[in-house]
Amino acid sequence: MIPLGLPEPTAPALTTQAPDLDYWLLSPLLVVFAVGVVGVLVEAFVDRRHRRLTQLVLALAGVGAAFVLTLLQVGSLPEQGAGVGVAFATVAVDRPTLFFQGTILVLAFISLLLIAENRDGESAFAAQAAAVPGSEEERAHVLAGSQHTEVYPLVMFAVLGMQLFPASNDFLTMFIALEVMSLPLYLLCGLARRRRLFSQEAAVKYFLLGAFSSAFFLFGIAMVYGYAGSVHFADVYAAVGAGGAGVIEDGEPLLLIGMALIGVGLLFKVGAVPFHNWKPDVYQGAPTPITALMASCTLVAAFGALLRVFYVAFGASVWEWRPMLWVVAILTMVLAAVIAVTQRDIKRLLAYSSVVHAGFVLTAVVAASADGLAGAMFYLAAYGFTTIGAFAVVTLVRAPEGGAEAGDLAQWAGLARTSPFLAGALGLFLLAFAGIPLTSGFIGKFAVFEAAVAAGATPLVVVGVLSSAVTAFFYVRIIVLMFFAEPAETAPRVLRPGGLTGTVIGVGIAATVLLGVFPGPVLDNLLPQPSAEAAVGTQPSGAGIVPEDMFVR
Amino acid sequence: MELYTPIFVLGGIGAAFVVLSMVVGALAGPKRYNRTKLQAYECGIDPTPQPVGGGRFTIKYYLTAMLFIVFDIEVIFLVPWAVHLDALGMFGLVAMVLFLANVSIAYAYEWRRGGLEWD
Repeated sequence: MIPLGLPEPTAPALTTQAPDLDYWLLSPLLVVFAVGVVGVLVEAFVDRRHRRLTQLVLALAGVGAAFVLTLLQVGSLPEQGAGVGVAFATVAVDRPTLFFQGTILVLAFISLLLIAENRDGESAFAAQAAAVPGSEEERAHVLAGSQHTEVYPLVMFAVLGMQLFPASNDFLTMFIALEVMSLPLYLLCGLARRRRLFSQEAAVKYFLLGAFSSAFFLFGIAMVYGYAGSVHFADVYAAVGAGGAGVIEDGEPLLLIGMALIGVGLLFKVGAVPFHNWKPDVYQGAPTPITALMASCTLVAAFGALLRVFYVAFGASVWEWRPMLWVVAILTMVLAAVIAVTQRDIKRLLAYSSVVHAGFVLTAVVAASADGLAGAMFYLAAYGFTTIGAFAVVTLVRAPEGGAEAGDLAQWAGLARTSPFLAGALGLFLLAFAGIPLTSGFIGKFAVFEAAVAAGATPLVVVGVLSSAVTAFFYVRIIVLMFFAEPAETAPRVLRPGGLTGTVIGVGIAATVLLGVFPGPVLDNLLPQPSAEAAVGTQPSGAGIVPEDMFVR
Repeated sequence: MELYTPIFVLGGIGAAFVVLSMVVGALAGPKRYNRTKLQAYECGIDPTPQPVGGGRFTIKYYLTAMLFIVFDIEVIFLVPWAVHLDALGMFGLVAMVLFLANVSIAYAYEWRRGGLEWD
């Protein structure tokens, strides 16, 4: 026998005990999944005429029920300590998880209203996605009024992935959540009714780049597994804190490479520079209601996952990852703001603006503190409502010929003369994006920048404020264009907002103003406030950056 | 070297089997050719035409292929479960029934929406 130097193979330990699942804590996920599955059955067995209504009622009821269950769970968490690990602690149910899940469900509910908007039997989605664009078959389906009501179950599956993404407590669960979230979105991006080739191009780009980033993520997991001997966040945290798990000697490079590659995967989903290139193309090509869903819910879910990975799993090596995120945050805020100035298309502009906002949230991540966590949570919620509202306005302004949306900003000139309410609503959303006081955007920016300054990242905040000023320039430019410019010769056709779109815009306005004027109730209750004696009694340990009771480890 | 002997032996047996069955088939089998038999075999679809720029081929075949892959994955999950059923007990049974039900729902969708009709 050749001595191979390998240890004697030992039989892996078999789990002979059936796992004990806490179905109550998993119920929000299970409800959404069940609705998605029932939605597939509806597609199979319910008559074509009743499908849309059935699907819509099911989806809204499911998301609503899941939200109520999430709220009820806040009360069932232990008063002290973090939260509970469910299903072999692969899913962490703690306060940040519940906040992210609740936010995702509310934003998904509003997006569903936008997705369901139907004008004269015409939705935002292709009549028959499998038909060749411009073909006789497509025309026949349009005339017959065909609709893809599969959109609803797909959205439910995507929402399920989004709920699981920030709750994952080990890397494999997180990867599965990432895929469950992404696969339906790839598909939904290609279903636009107008400019279908464009939409399909967006879907293919998103799919290819998304698959690419997933591969980075997986490779990073393999590296971290090599370092820590486990994919579980608590084990990785312990291994990083102890300077290795004894799996491999001098494994530090493995950890650093793994951290960087996992960072690439997550920053891609967040859309931070230099992993942002998919965002403008996909946001522009996808059906606008789906863009709204991605710009709000996916961003919340991706940041939830990013925060959990860097605060929990890599919480003990904050000095290694902080410089990396510093660089990414600065690049994101500066480059995206500058590129956004040159955009001529409203959806591309909103996409770049979403990239800039991801940079602002990253400053809170860099803070690596409880304040940073709370700031990021508030910012994401506030931004989600505003961005859905802005995309809802975009769905209403159409090109004069044909039914496509008026993407070109030149067509938006003088919009306030014909539709003052709509222009006013978009103006408010843009001011919130710019961070003008009395809007939610101001409070959110204040919260994240304050956390970053407290953590000693003042240069980052200076860059953030400067890039805020640049973004304010192009937001205000659109407002000036809408309110003070002469109407364009090719004036756009502005649709009357139907009940559903009207509700979405209304909720967006209400949330933007309420969170801007009365942020206290939300901002103060995001995380349990440390009691006075606890703050005195415990010295911050060198390793733990976030108080132990924020996250399940 | 002895470590690899079984692999070489297995490879040899495999190669011998291929050669033997082809030779025996060529010698003993009846030879009644027709057009279809002389075509290249591509798992049941018409052999792909390859004009300049690549031809288009029917998507029907891939629907069936995807169905097959799902069954494949199902079996991969079923085998370890079946081996260890006694330890997993009632929980394992319920979990597997739920899994099979979920997979079947996708088939119900495909069946009702005409995915199983060839023409």
